[in-house]
Amino acid sequence: MAENAPPNSPALSPTWQHPRNTWLQVGALVISLAIVALLISFTGASPVSVVANLWDGAFGTTDQAARVIATLAPLLLCSSGLIYTFMAGLYNLGVEGQIIIGAIAATAILRGLQGVLPATLVVALSIVAGMLGGMLWSLLAGVLNVYGKISEIFSGLGLNFVAQGLIIYLIFGPWKRPGIASMSGTEPFHQSLWLVRFGNTDASPVALGIAVVLLIATIVVMRNTHFGLRLKAVGQNPRAAFLMGIPATQLLLSAFALCGGFAGIAGALQVSGLFHRLVPAISSNLGFLGLLVAMLVNFSALWVLPVAFFFSALNVGSLQLPMVLKLESSLSGVIQGMLVLAALLSRGLSQWKPSR
Amino acid sequence: MDFSQIIVILATAIATATPLVFASVGETITERAGVINLSTEGTIMLAAMVGFAAALATGSVIAGLAAAAVLGALVALIVAFGAITLKQSQIAIGFVLALLCTDLSSFLGNPIVLIPGPTVPSLKVPLLQNIPLLGPLLFQSDLLVYASYVLIVLVWVFLYHTRPGLVLRSIGEQPAAAFARGSHVVRQRYFYTLLGGALVGVGGAAFSLDFKAGWTYHLTAGYGWIALAIVIFGGWNPLRAALGCYLFGILQSLANVAQSNIQSVPTQVFSVAPFVLMILVLVLTSGDWLERALAFIPPTARRSILRTIRTRAPAALGKAFEQD
Amino acid sequence: MNVQLQHINKHFGAVQANQDVSFTVRAGTIHGLLGENGAGKSTLVKVLSGYITRDSGTILLDGLSAEVKTPADAIHAGVGMLHQDPLDFPPMTVLDNFMIGRAGGAFLNSRAAAREFKMLSSRFKFSLDANETIGTLTMGERQQLEIIRLLSLGVRTLILDEPTTGISASQKAALFAALKVLAAQGRSVIFVSHKLEDVEELCDEVTVMRAGRVVGNMPIPCPTSKLVNLMFGRELATPVKPATCREDVTLGTEGLVIGNNRLSIAIGDLSVHGGEVIGLAGLEGSGQSIFLLTCAGVMHPIAGRLLFSSPHGQVDMTTKPYHRFQRAGIGYLPADRLREGLIGGLTIQEHVVLRTPSPGLFVDRKRTHAVADGAIKAYNIHGHTDTPVGQLSGGNQQRTQLALLPQALSLVLLEHPTRGLDIESTVWVWQQLISRCRTGSAIIFASSDLDEIVQYSDRVIVFSGGRASVPISIADLTASRLGEMIGGNLETISKVASEHPNGSVKL
Repeated sequence: MAENAPPNSPALSPTWQHPRNTWLQVGALVISLAIVALLISFTGASPVSVVANLWDGAFGTTDQAARVIATLAPLLLCSSGLIYTFMAGLYNLGVEGQIIIGAIAATAILRGLQGVLPATLVVALSIVAGMLGGMLWSLLAGVLNVYGKISEIFSGLGLNFVAQGLIIYLIFGPWKRPGIASMSGTEPFHQSLWLVRFGNTDASPVALGIAVVLLIATIVVMRNTHFGLRLKAVGQNPRAAFLMGIPATQLLLSAFALCGGFAGIAGALQVSGLFHRLVPAISSNLGFLGLLVAMLVNFSALWVLPVAFFFSALNVGSLQLPMVLKLESSLSGVIQGMLVLAALLSRGLSQWKPSR
Repeated sequence: MDFSQIIVILATAIATATPLVFASVGETITERAGVINLSTEGTIMLAAMVGFAAALATGSVIAGLAAAAVLGALVALIVAFGAITLKQSQIAIGFVLALLCTDLSSFLGNPIVLIPGPTVPSLKVPLLQNIPLLGPLLFQSDLLVYASYVLIVLVWVFLYHTRPGLVLRSIGEQPAAAFARGSHVVRQRYFYTLLGGALVGVGGAAFSLDFKAGWTYHLTAGYGWIALAIVIFGGWNPLRAALGCYLFGILQSLANVAQSNIQSVPTQVFSVAPFVLMILVLVLTSGDWLERALAFIPPTARRSILRTIRTRAPAALGKAFEQD
Repeated sequence: MNVQLQHINKHFGAVQANQDVSFTVRAGTIHGLLGENGAGKSTLVKVLSGYITRDSGTILLDGLSAEVKTPADAIHAGVGMLHQDPLDFPPMTVLDNFMIGRAGGAFLNSRAAAREFKMLSSRFKFSLDANETIGTLTMGERQQLEIIRLLSLGVRTLILDEPTTGISASQKAALFAALKVLAAQGRSVIFVSHKLEDVEELCDEVTVMRAGRVVGNMPIPCPTSKLVNLMFGRELATPVKPATCREDVTLGTEGLVIGNNRLSIAIGDLSVHGGEVIGLAGLEGSGQSIFLLTCAGVMHPIAGRLLFSSPHGQVDMTTKPYHRFQRAGIGYLPADRLREGLIGGLTIQEHVVLRTPSPGLFVDRKRTHAVADGAIKAYNIHGHTDTPVGQLSGGNQQRTQLALLPQALSLVLLEHPTRGLDIESTVWVWQQLISRCRTGSAIIFASSDLDEIVQYSDRVIVFSGGRASVPISIADLTASRLGEMIGGNLETISKVASEHPNGSVKL
């Protein structure tokens, strides 16, 4: 009877951990990794050597380990931001576009204020600008969602491509390199505008620091603040939350703004910390990867760090697979996708009642 | 610009649009049944690779197309199982599959990158190809393109003029009411999700075996998302979705011409158009301000105008069916 | 078609909805099925029409045993049901709706269907446009379409579940005329209702159900009092509510009209006093919850004013947003605890935090833990501060809801406050509510349990057929008076006014 049925639980709502859940999830993860191993064997390589190579690729040299850190920082930012939107029951697929707009806004500041203000100040301003840019782009989807009842999924996807179009237009148009415009991006910035780095590596302590601080802030917000709890309430049961007097509109918009802001900062850091110029692939798909992280950790912000670290290591480690094993580096994505798919399906299986 | 040039542009547009026609018509079917298969981007890509590999291995284009269709249906099966049976978020599962299949296509398709392989042979339709204008435009390409014309009409007729088509529309609107009238909602949703997925798969093969013959990494990047946007732009109607595909084709084709002349702006910028249109359509059809704006028109005329402009997602789209 | 149901049993969980029910409908007759809320009449007709599978019992159609497991089976066997909320496809056209579910060739023959549709609708003098969209039709027109559709499928027994709620008087007349034609053609009609007036006007025979059983069967006409007696014929519980009523008015309405897109109900002028309990009786869905939602500020009235007393005098709340109602000390507990009242995945303590946030950004864990722990003890909730409320039993969820209500409320609105609770919890819940009354809170509650209404109300408002009665003091209420009103013979303002022609009526 409808009386006793549980409320419509969105797929990503936190499930109460029954022992059956845990076993199912562990089982599903094992099966998914077994499938990956099979796929690797199918291509003629040995799964063991792949694991060894992934490890070596990620941590073999200081440079490579630094690259893991350089990937980790923006990934942490995106995943932390997405925790807010997921908690509010939103699928912010527009996160890629929010990174891009953040990067564009940061580039605009770096280009415009270069030499006008002290370099450190310009870089700091560029990060703020990135945050604001990402926020605005995200709020666009947010306003469409809250006031226009337009699914954030499709508007987000659409805005991703609009952002992509904009960045390409800028790189090939107004911001093109003197002489030739190309996919390799704008003219690199002067070294004074580069973010501080660990030695001569790709990793920047500033980027990592910002990311870790915001992750910790997110964990604290989710665990200890009224805002976090209200977000959770609205995400899980908007009707009950409304009847309790929780203002959903403000909360949803702030979730969009926060996520967009975090993604925008990530975009700004990609510009000043990693590429030192604006490139078309500035987001490096880290927004989508962040979505996978957020789906895998299933609302618990505490797990973001280990999962994001693991995913970053996979991404960097897989880069040398083509050279050593003649395997495509997209293996990292295959592993990540398989894990998340297994987690989603096992969550479903644990709630499944094969009644009728 | 002379006449033959226009014909060339339009013919290129049709070629560009053909894979998208398969994908967006397939996705239209799936969404009409109430299921969102968000994996199209990955499905198209992996199907393009698998289809090409199968055709390469067997030497048969038919086998390639079949393999792509089966792959598309398999991916759709995961979506259907997760969404219909396990009642999990269709968005989450579809999205993960979109990324996963994209990466799988690169990983597994590594050995066959840029290898020449079989393609759909061109086939000029006798007699028809000699019709001025229409002949060179429509009847001087290949079987897959002709099949796409047939598909559009077939699916449109199916949806609006056959009994099973009416039932398909009904299960996407009010599954509870459809069940009351004797429909097997779950079984049908599975069927149409798989069917739609298979067509999306064929769309992938249409790239690797025809339009962009061959396989390379990210061969079809972006087209899956574009297909999703076109389904919305087309208002879940196969004819309008196809129209959307051809519009996109024309835009791309013009962009190519423009680029050879202007060079400064790459064609990618033009890929934005379907998404802008999609968002505009979503904005236009949300709320009732369209009705209010048309309030001054006599009711009968208003009704038909609204029916023409206004599109609406199937009411039960994305929702699990709970039979109580 | 002759329909015989024999020894039907059906239970939901611990509730026996149908207990050894036998029921016969003769071909060519209109058969009324009467009963109050929860009598089991809906369950019975859903069993017959395939929406519910019975636990045991036999269905005989024209003397032959019939397997009815799905609605499609039922239609195939010649039984069709018209639901209170039509099961149709609002965005599609009338003709599409007419054709969905009809057998036939692969291709739609719209022209033939349109012809048949036109013929049938003119036969019953229904004026329906085949090209209109369902969503723009009235409830009565949607019913007409559904009747025509079922008839075109060859249905020989037509079931109508509360069909006269939400349709106009002329539509009702057209409906009754059509049903009489059908009966004259030899079909049988089962008319499920709680409205005595309708049953007396339309039916040839009536069966009365109570508490899952058939309690009587008689031909029409028969004295109304006899039907009322069958439906409600029992000793009502004795009122147990102590006198807590005060002089001061907490909530006042002036010419209030409430409603949604289906119903509009005149409430008129009403004064709810501090400490008073007003019970809302009537068939479910007759407007009680609309009234509660309007008083809670979740819905806005169609007309009239809603006045609320505060220490600073009367405040007009008519157009105020929901949160203003909350701040004014109005608390609302919805019936569906897990869908509307609580958030299943959050713990008791988290609910305490959401309801009574401490100042500042951060949650004061120590304080809220103490508050939650205190509430758990005071309200005897079987659970811990960190138990997700979705894991609590229904009774404990209701206790949690009550515990979460702010202490000082001037008006408490409750929908089915004790539904699904055991007797001990029920008594306990009301103890809590009455102690609120003692401190001056007014309570308005809706319940489908007449005993609960009689036991705990000071005054009762009955909702029936799109109308609301005047409030009736519990001392003046008898089982038959209550029964007649629920059955549609309402004592409304105009009626009372005509009995007191000399002056205004003070309610």
